[in-house]
Amino acid sequence: MAKNIPLTVNGKSHDLRVDDPQMPLLYALRNDLDLHGPRFGCGLAQCGSCTVLVDGRAVRSCRMPLSAAAGKKVVTLEGLGSPQKLHPLQEAFIQEQAVQCGYCINGMIMQAADLLARNKRPSEDEIRQALANNLCRCGTHVRIVRAVKRAAEMMA
Amino acid sequence: MKMEKFSRRDFLKTSGALVVTFSLDHSLAHAAEKGKSRPAKTVAADQVDGFVAIDAKGNVTVFSGKVDLGTGVYTALTQIAADELYVSFEQVKIVQGDTALTPDQGNTWGSLTIQAGGVQIRQACATAREALLDQAAAKLGAARNELAVRDGIISSQSSGRKISYGELVGGRNFELKLNPKAPLKPVSEYTLVGRSVNRLDIPGKVTGRFTYMHDFKRPGMLHARVVRPAALRATLVSHDDRAAKRIPGFVKTVRKDNFLAAVAKTEWGSIRAAEAIQAKWTSWAGLPDKTRLWDHVRGTKVVRDEVFQNVGDTAKAMPAGARQLSATYDFAVHTHGSIGPSCAVADYRDGQLTVWSSSQATHMLRRQLARMLNMKAEDVRCLYLEGSGCYGRNGHEDAAADAALIARELGKPVRVQWSRAEEQAWSPKGPPTLLEHRAALDAAGNVTAWESLVYIPNRPKGFEVTLVAAELSGLPKDTAFPGNIHQSLAVPYTFPNVKATARWLAETPFKPSWIRTPGRMQNTYANECFMDECAAAAGADPVEYRLRNLKDARGAECIDRCVRMANWTPRGKPGRDKGEIARGRGFSYIKYELVRTYVAVVADVAVNRRTGAVQVERFHVAHDCGQVINPDGLKNQIEGNVVQTVSRTLIEDLKWDRGAVTGVDWESYPILRFPGVPAVHIDLIDRPGERPWGAGEPTAAVVPSAIANAIYDAVGIRMRSVPFTPDKMLAALRSV
Repeated sequence: MAKNIPLTVNGKSHDLRVDDPQMPLLYALRNDLDLHGPRFGCGLAQCGSCTVLVDGRAVRSCRMPLSAAAGKKVVTLEGLGSPQKLHPLQEAFIQEQAVQCGYCINGMIMQAADLLARNKRPSEDEIRQALANNLCRCGTHVRIVRAVKRAAEMMA
Repeated sequence: MKMEKFSRRDFLKTSGALVVTFSLDHSLAHAAEKGKSRPAKTVAADQVDGFVAIDAKGNVTVFSGKVDLGTGVYTALTQIAADELYVSFEQVKIVQGDTALTPDQGNTWGSLTIQAGGVQIRQACATAREALLDQAAAKLGAARNELAVRDGIISSQSSGRKISYGELVGGRNFELKLNPKAPLKPVSEYTLVGRSVNRLDIPGKVTGRFTYMHDFKRPGMLHARVVRPAALRATLVSHDDRAAKRIPGFVKTVRKDNFLAAVAKTEWGSIRAAEAIQAKWTSWAGLPDKTRLWDHVRGTKVVRDEVFQNVGDTAKAMPAGARQLSATYDFAVHTHGSIGPSCAVADYRDGQLTVWSSSQATHMLRRQLARMLNMKAEDVRCLYLEGSGCYGRNGHEDAAADAALIARELGKPVRVQWSRAEEQAWSPKGPPTLLEHRAALDAAGNVTAWESLVYIPNRPKGFEVTLVAAELSGLPKDTAFPGNIHQSLAVPYTFPNVKATARWLAETPFKPSWIRTPGRMQNTYANECFMDECAAAAGADPVEYRLRNLKDARGAECIDRCVRMANWTPRGKPGRDKGEIARGRGFSYIKYELVRTYVAVVADVAVNRRTGAVQVERFHVAHDCGQVINPDGLKNQIEGNVVQTVSRTLIEDLKWDRGAVTGVDWESYPILRFPGVPAVHIDLIDRPGERPWGAGEPTAAVVPSAIANAIYDAVGIRMRSVPFTPDKMLAALRSV
């Protein structure tokens, strides 16, 4: 049954009309709102590439029904910063060249944003633990950790 | 919507000596990405115009058959082309892997993009630049040797007169054969090559502005999901799609033999519809019992034995040695496991097929799709779009074939997105590999005979891998090539008697294909572990023992720089660390395929004697791939090689039952996570005067053996079965 779901994405209010309110938030963001930051990786909340912030906390958008996001504030990678006005995490990932294919990087940055909101000066071990459920296949991990550290320093 | 298509006539117009002008500027590169152009352009690899075009403004478009699989080669190729042409970095754009625009430079595989593809592009650029200088000399009335060129503007140093590339050739063809002997820019004049230029794709990737394959859309595009058989070779008895028809946006069920797919207007609709289809499959249980895999491999019908290295007479020397050693190694079935499952978009109209794919081999894909659909290759165009990291022939081509098959049924653009389970279960696999090594040592501990035998699936004539859609639908299909997996079985050491044999097997449990460092990883694992075993038997230091048997100054320098960086000291008695956490370090070395890139590594590991867990703490890597194009990009690749291969060595092991793959997600096919990632220290040996060699694979080749040798150093146990899981480690610890 088609239904309207209100939600705020990157500061903009939307009233999304969808066939199925159980549709994961990821598909609304990618297909209805044409946002390409969050990515489909597993659909099982196992890899983290779909991560977005919902009311400030990192959430796996591939498993969150759209109805559960109703009325909430969603921030995607696009909303974190833009090429013209980079978020410190985005800037740090560029400075460290912490990308190979980059498919997982959305999740790494969004998860790190969640971490840095709660812990302003994480240790390397805390960064590794915070990202333990975000998978990268290219093996960019050492640079990703460096980038998160650098971002924390930039934000201090 | 009208489909923009390219006609065969367009190709014919440019394939001969006819002079055809065409307007080419950056908008073409842009249009090509969107599939909107009607290009009439040669793709001949022996023509400058195949690779390079310069528009009236002096902007350069490079046409590369090799593609960026997430490795950064787009940036590196831009550096090469801009430097060779004496234009600025910003003046160059690259079109990658478009069968209508880019030459067939072979698959993007084998660590050959810079080494072969980049060198070819460099030579095309050098040929173009020389021709432009000749033309400029005539137009400016100047001698060639007094011309200077910068940012695509040629000036006479005596008269001060100038002329630009745009004025000389803008928008027109060069009509020039690629000259393999065109002089290259002197090394001393490079301004981009050899520098850590930031990657061009990263700003877009960290801000969500980059268009991956998965983001690509076409007007009127439909979404499809394939319903896979319950077992690998089960056949479809019947299907019932009544429930699927009630899903909003449902369009159609497509069935062709055992190929079954649901098509819907929305992506979510296609997922729900595919789940709603009730399919009845026959039972099939033809996979070998995984617990007896190596008996199965050993018992598989042999096609033939092929000797790849034959020095002296091992049959005579082996029994004559003072003592003999032997060891058997095995290496598990691995899957690619890209983080983004395969995805493709296909559009079929008026007998023309256009496919957007993350294929590492768009020209090959085009031939395969044409064969499957009984079309002429000229009527098929494949365009590359970057996807999730690709480490070999994974599911990209299969997703493209799914999309092509469905698009032909519907006559509309169709996007196919594989699920995680499809990616893990239906993409081709790195085959199970069994290796048997024997050696004889003399009284002084030197190797007098060395024999190796590797059990690997046979190579057919072609380089294709069978498309899943062709198999399921009963359409014409290709054979399955496993990759050149006999490579690097031959050893770099100067033993007096050597015999390295590949035993080609008639079959292997899963459709094989090449996964990063195919065969070279497995073969080097056994070679370098066995070399360590020989050194231990001789009571020699593993590094000194290798150097003793190496007559290769460049290789010795690589080893020397690695052990100095790692502060290597001769190892004492193995297993001397008696604590619960036992630390050790291991060494390994390769000259890739015996003809190119040198890598020497030292691995530091910590073995938990209580849990059996192995933590790789550190890797030191010395790397010589000749001329370095982008040092930081190269380091990124080396780090990736190490980390990905630590994952493969310690954790990865495809699971299956008698009918199907059961390792279908990240719980059942786990990979390395952040806490398990080692530090990586790298020493790049840059040789700007040498030719560049590949770097996408060689480091990975030495990772499993270095870890195994480090474990031996730590606890005195030889790990001869990859992966080195806690279970295997504990069992080995308890057995001593």
